[in-house]
Amino acid sequence: MTSAESAVAVAIAQRRSLLHSDAIQRVLAFGALIVLFAIFSVASPNFLQFDNIVGILLATSVNGVLALGVTFVIITGGIDLSVGTVMTLSAVMTAVFISVWHLPLPLGILAGLATGGLAGLVNGSLVARMRIPPFIATLGMLNIAKGLALVISGLKPIYFNDTPEFNRLAMGSIAGGLLEVPNAVFVLFGASIVASLILTRTVLGRYAFALGSNEEATRLSGVNVGRWKAAIYALAGMFSGLGGVLIAARLNSAQPSLGQGYELDAIAAAVIGGTSLSGGEGSILGTVIGAFIISTLTNGLRILSVPQEWQTVVTGGIVILAVYLDIVRRAR
Amino acid sequence: MPSLRVLSAASSLCLAVVVGACAPAAAPAPPAQAPAAQQPAAAAPGAQVNANTYIPVISKGFQHQFWQAVKLGSENAAKDLNVKITFEGPENESQVDKQIEMLQAALDKKPNAICLAALDSKAVVPLLEKAQSAKIPVVGFDSGVDSNIPVTTAATDNIAAAGAAADKMAQMIGDEGEVGVIVHDQTSRTGIDRRDGFVNQMKTKHPKVNIVDIQYGGGDQLKSTDLAKAMMQAHPNLKGFFGANEGSIIGVLNAVKELNKSGKLVVIGYDSGKQQTDAIRGGVEAGAITQDPIGIGYKCVDSAVKAIKGESLPKNIDTGFYWYDKTNIDDPKVKAVLYD
Repeated sequence: MTSAESAVAVAIAQRRSLLHSDAIQRVLAFGALIVLFAIFSVASPNFLQFDNIVGILLATSVNGVLALGVTFVIITGGIDLSVGTVMTLSAVMTAVFISVWHLPLPLGILAGLATGGLAGLVNGSLVARMRIPPFIATLGMLNIAKGLALVISGLKPIYFNDTPEFNRLAMGSIAGGLLEVPNAVFVLFGASIVASLILTRTVLGRYAFALGSNEEATRLSGVNVGRWKAAIYALAGMFSGLGGVLIAARLNSAQPSLGQGYELDAIAAAVIGGTSLSGGEGSILGTVIGAFIISTLTNGLRILSVPQEWQTVVTGGIVILAVYLDIVRRAR
Repeated sequence: MPSLRVLSAASSLCLAVVVGACAPAAAPAPPAQAPAAQQPAAAAPGAQVNANTYIPVISKGFQHQFWQAVKLGSENAAKDLNVKITFEGPENESQVDKQIEMLQAALDKKPNAICLAALDSKAVVPLLEKAQSAKIPVVGFDSGVDSNIPVTTAATDNIAAAGAAADKMAQMIGDEGEVGVIVHDQTSRTGIDRRDGFVNQMKTKHPKVNIVDIQYGGGDQLKSTDLAKAMMQAHPNLKGFFGANEGSIIGVLNAVKELNKSGKLVVIGYDSGKQQTDAIRGGVEAGAITQDPIGIGYKCVDSAVKAIKGESLPKNIDTGFYWYDKTNIDDPKVKAVLYD
């Protein structure tokens, strides 16, 4: 066993000891989701309807995919504020490839993923090589991506009217029949499985935990910390790119002026799901549940016609409550 | 020093935003001050207007289609009247502080007149008083200001326009039933006027129409979509849906499509944009109210020039609105005010 592997092994062991409480947080989050479902189902007959459940799933898809990426970064002890506007920039690039340059759809989708990955790589390089704190580096990227999305699109939405297949990629259903759920939902589930495999079964995932648990020890044991960090930010960027493709397909257009604020929902999903902002802890399942909690809450409160001001207050309260529960269980 | 003032006023966060995204909007370099413009004769009756006359146009935004159309109108007027303008606005309609900084910076350039679409009609009053004492005429556009300082205001009567949308809605749903409304926000003048114009007209003229819910989507298409879907789920008997701006109505249209309710709901919108005009042509949307954004932009610069010359102006210039649907969407008069 090399020293790098042993340091990582120690970090993993530390994490294993936390696994028990990690599982508690997930059970807690899942329990909260069930409770929300129960409350809303009793409160309104219109909540537990097939169409509405599909609506909740669909409303989770974009935020869920963004949250997957941000989970990796938070586990390393970093933060990514650029996921929302990188999503927008990726959507614009996909639209440019497909609707302006009339290239085949797969190329457009690849362009979206690549744009996200590239932006993430820049984030990672700023953080790892230039030692710019992640908050600042990704705040800079938030603005750069937002500005570029506006510049490249010429401040105008770009539509996919010549390629109706693109909209069907997200809104059609490969399942069909009784399980007529839009593909965007399957994309979220597929991406979650991929993310979970990367996080738990690959070196990249192990190093993400190691970096977040003890970056210095990881560095001293010979791991090329900078390279792996850059790779993790790039991966997060690719998930933003996927989010960009999804939102463009659903809206049948790339809307250059939206995206800001989406990063906060993504971070909230990860945090509600038990990802610790101090790094070293988190799970994909938790993040996905967190994303569902947010969209279920939003949907349910709307179904009950709760005034919007109060919806915002409640959502904020839930985030604080989730973090507080996390702190309480850690103190034990 | 204006730049210092901006620095101290803005947190580093805000500054990053300004540097990152507002800069392109301010791209046209401020014109060099002409000797004539530096003399305090700016607002004196019969002041000269020439190619060095500078009128900054401070808008509520720049990245939406609507503001791009206003910009086009103001640029057309500048070309026709041979004056210089700059057009800028904050990124979204809640950034009252950013707009005040822009107004301050514009005043510091000692312009001949200013055109302003105030985000917060009260917050700008102190700066307007400053403009008044410097004898710089102020022309309001898009929405009014709680002050007598603007020499005139070129705007759509949003209350009347939303009232007209309510009449059309009532007529199409048989003057009774449930209606949902999505508005862009609950604090801006246009948001309030369109909501109240629609709601009050229903209450007074169509009492059997029941507005079951009003929600706010921030003009964000994705959020408005999920919002509209939840409202349609919550109220299965909904007969009509009104979206009070472009982002809101696109959300409603997406929701109608995703829930396969096309043809089952009377959808009425506001403004234009390709998605909306396509929906009207295709029959998914019954029709919409359009303002005249190009006219608003043109009239504000035109009025500013008249104010510099010392001509008298009416207190309000109604720039008008049109109801358009499948039948008149290609009418040249309507087509001229629609944007893609």
